[in-house]
Amino acid sequence: MAENLYGLLAEFDGPDELLKAAKDAYADGYRKMDAYSPMPIHDLSESMGYDKHRVPIIVLICALLGASSGFGLQYWVSVIDYPLNVGGRPLLSWPSFIPVTFELGVLFSAFGALIGMLILNGLPRPYHPVFNVPNFERASGDGFFLCIEAEDSKFDISETRAFLESLKAKKVDDVEP
Amino acid sequence: MATKSFNHPFVDKVQQRGLLAGACGVVLLFIVGFADSQQFFQSYLVSYIYWLVISLGCLGLLMLHHLVSGRWGFVIRRLLESGARTLWLMAVLFIPIALLGMHHLYEWTHADVVAKDPILTFKKPYLNETGFYIRAVVYFALWLLWMFLLTKWSREQDETGEPGLKRRMINLSGPGIPMFILTVTFAATDWVMSLEPHWFSTIYGLIFVIGGALGAMALCILWVIKLKDVEVYREVDAFKYLADLGTLMFAFTCLWAYVSFSQFLITWSGNLAEEAPWYIRRSHGGWQYVGTALIIFHFFLPFFLLLQRAIKRRAALMMVIAFFMLFMRYVDLYYFITPAFVHGGASGLYRYVADVLTFVSIGGLWLGFFAMQLKGVPLMPLHDPRMAETFAGEGH
Repeated sequence: MAENLYGLLAEFDGPDELLKAAKDAYADGYRKMDAYSPMPIHDLSESMGYDKHRVPIIVLICALLGASSGFGLQYWVSVIDYPLNVGGRPLLSWPSFIPVTFELGVLFSAFGALIGMLILNGLPRPYHPVFNVPNFERASGDGFFLCIEAEDSKFDISETRAFLESLKAKKVDDVEP
Repeated sequence: MATKSFNHPFVDKVQQRGLLAGACGVVLLFIVGFADSQQFFQSYLVSYIYWLVISLGCLGLLMLHHLVSGRWGFVIRRLLESGARTLWLMAVLFIPIALLGMHHLYEWTHADVVAKDPILTFKKPYLNETGFYIRAVVYFALWLLWMFLLTKWSREQDETGEPGLKRRMINLSGPGIPMFILTVTFAATDWVMSLEPHWFSTIYGLIFVIGGALGAMALCILWVIKLKDVEVYREVDAFKYLADLGTLMFAFTCLWAYVSFSQFLITWSGNLAEEAPWYIRRSHGGWQYVGTALIIFHFFLPFFLLLQRAIKRRAALMMVIAFFMLFMRYVDLYYFITPAFVHGGASGLYRYVADVLTFVSIGGLWLGFFAMQLKGVPLMPLHDPRMAETFAGEGH
C-alpha cells in the first residue's frame, strides 16, 4: 500500500505558513512537490524552485512565425500570385503590409501563450490523485495545502510525514494514486 | 511612519547644478540670440518643446494614476507632481517664442506670404496671431489650473489626511484627461505643426501626448533608481516596482511606434500633394538616416530589451535604457521640427552650438526647478486611503 502512494498532503493554516513550509521543504532537499491555495501567493512558486519560465520563448517563436507568415502571405499574393498595379505603387508595398504582419504576430503569440501554458502545465487533466483526499476541495475555499510526491528521491513515508508535521501542518493525509 | 519631508544629497546636487547650468546657458544664449536670432529660435523651439512635453507627460500620467490607481503610481506620484509643477517655468519660457520668436518661426505670421498663398488665406481664421495668443493663454491656464489643484490637494492630503480629497482628485482627473488630450493636440498643432502650414495630420497631437508620457516615465525611472536609499522607498521596496515602471515604458514605446507608423501609413497610402512633402522632406538630405535610426532605436531596440523581465529588474541596465529613451525622445522631436526650417538658420557648427546651449539651459532650469519642487515634500503620499489598500495585499 505504502509503495503505491501518490504522496503526502499537508494542510496549513494560512498563506504565510504555506509559504514558509514550501521554503523549508525546498531547503530540506525536496523537489517534487506542489502547493495548492485558493489565491495566488507571491513568491510561492519561486520558493519551490519553479524559476524557469519557458512560455516567453514559445511566445517569441510564435510571434516571429506569425509575423513572417503574415508578411509572406501578402508578399506571395501581391507580388507573385496576383500582381496588381494599385495607383502606380510598387508591388512590394511594404508599409501597407505592416498592419497584417503585426496582427498575425499578435494572434500567433496569443495562441502560443495560451496553448504553450496549457501544455507545459499538463492541462487539461481530468484526473488528479490529490482529489482523493476528502478535504482537498477546500483548496478553492480556505484550505492551504502542500503535497510532497512519492516520486521525490528523498521521499520516505514515515520520515516525510514526520517532517511535514514538524512544519506545524494542521493535518497530514496519504494521497491515494 | 515616514518623516515629513525628505532630503537627499542627489536632489540638492541636481538643484544646484541644474540652476547653475541654466543660468550660465541663459547668459550665453543672449550672445547666440544676438548673433543669429533665426537660428536661436529654431534651436530654442526644439529644446523648449522637448522639456514642455515631458512636463505635460507628468501631468497626464498623474491624472491617469488618480483614475486607475496602482502601486507603481504611488511610488512615482511625487515625481510626477514635481514634473507637472515645472509647467510654471515652461509658461514663462514660452514668452520669448510668443513675443520675439513668432515671425522667425512661423511663415503664416507674415501678411505678404499669406496674401499670396490661397491655402494660408483659407486657414487664416485659425492660423492668425491673435488666435495663437488667445489659444496659448487658454492652454496654459487649463494646464496650470489642473496642475495647481491636483498638487495642492495632494499636499493637503499629506497634512490633514482628509479622506474626501481622494474623491476630489479623482473627479478632477476624469474630465482632465479629455481636456489634456485636446489641449495638447491643439498646442502641438499651433506650435509645431504650423511650422509647415500646408501640411496636416490628425494623429499629430496624440504622438506628442504619448511621447510626453514616455519621456516622463523614463525620467521617473531614473529618479526612482537614484533615490532608492530614501527611507520611504526602502520601506515599500521601491525597486520591486522597477519592472512595472519598465513595463509601462515599454507600453508607451509600442504606442509611440503605433501612432508614428499610423501617421506614416495614412500619408503614404493617400499619396497626396499636400501631405506627402512632410515625409519627402524627412527622407532626403540625410534625414532618411535619422528616420531609420528612429525606427531601430526608438522602437525595435527598446522593444526587445524591455520585453525581458530580467532586464527590467536590473537597476543599472534600466538606467541606461531610460537615459537612452530620453535621448531618443530628443532625436524624435528634432526629426519632427528641424526639417521644417527650409529657410534661414545657421549651418554647421554654429547650429549645433545653439542646439546644445538651448537644450542645456532649458533642461538645467527644468531639472533645478523639478528638484526644488521635490525637496519640500514627502517622497511618497502620506495619507492616501487607497495606498494602504494597495500596499497591504502583498500578493497581486
